[in-house]
Amino acid sequence: MTDTNLVGIVLVSHSAAVAASVAELARGLTGGGTTVRVASAGGAEDGGLGTSAELIAEAAASVDRGAGVAILTDLGSAVLTVKALLAEGDELPDGARLVDAPFVEGAVAAVVTASTGADLAAVEAAAAEAYTYRKV
Amino acid sequence: MLDADFFRRWMTATAASVEREADRLTALDSPIGDADHGSNLRRGFAAVTATLEKEAPDTPGGVLTVSGRQLISTVGGASGPLYGTLLRRTGKALGDAAEVSEAEFATAFRTGVEAVMTLGGAAPGDKTMIDALLPAVDALGDGFGAARTAAEQGALATTPLQARKGRASYLGERSIGHQDPGATSAALLVAALTEAHGD
Repeated sequence: MTDTNLVGIVLVSHSAAVAASVAELARGLTGGGTTVRVASAGGAEDGGLGTSAELIAEAAASVDRGAGVAILTDLGSAVLTVKALLAEGDELPDGARLVDAPFVEGAVAAVVTASTGADLAAVEAAAAEAYTYRKV
Repeated sequence: MLDADFFRRWMTATAASVEREADRLTALDSPIGDADHGSNLRRGFAAVTATLEKEAPDTPGGVLTVSGRQLISTVGGASGPLYGTLLRRTGKALGDAAEVSEAEFATAFRTGVEAVMTLGGAAPGDKTMIDALLPAVDALGDGFGAARTAAEQGALATTPLQARKGRASYLGERSIGHQDPGATSAALLVAALTEAHGD
């Protein structure tokens, strides 16, 4: 399987460290040999806490192979910035979608599902399903 | 009638008043937010004025959509996409007319405010910028001065409210007793209309 038919994943957090770590965790749990493109867009452009529209757009472009891009976010401005970029129409690749999912669990589900060659709808469904897993 | 120059003056006047009030906005954002509202908006509106000097769109809609785009990309906090959406949607609603009437602006601004409510999911009384913007839109028919007064009163009226949106909502009852920084900056934006108009 080449990576051209795999959905790309973008992880947007207020913190660069959180976004990068969750990406690493999701890749690690997918197992060896995965070619899913996972990009993190964490923090502000100056490295501080916050959300950067530029970093999000760059990350989405870097994982786009034409099969769609699933974007997962943490809180507040991360959610709002992605929604605003999607509303602009030309800032994110065609087929980019904000996925409504818990950040860590959703990221793992999205990356694992994408690695099987599943389409964007299936990746989105798997990530969203992470909300239904109760821990207690 | 309001031309592109009027809207450039509106953005410049907003940038100047955000610059003046940045410390107060950040102080308001300290007890209930993450203490960056003033600095975030200052950075955003400085980028807006710098861009307008370079690009100088020649329609009201053009000025507002370019300004909104700058806010989305430079603010870094939730106020960026919220104010960015407000200006962009207002600008798009104005289309490519070279001049617009005050009534047309009022209608377009309501479209922008409604887009912000959809984006952020906030309703009146949630202790957000909507509590200043919606009264301002309702008063715009009576002129910019009336809108300014309505926005300022709306911002003051957020003090006894409990926040239901954003980071402040996690504080529950402890958010009561603090004026909302977003409503306060929204009142600055509306007040700048009177400056642009020379009232």
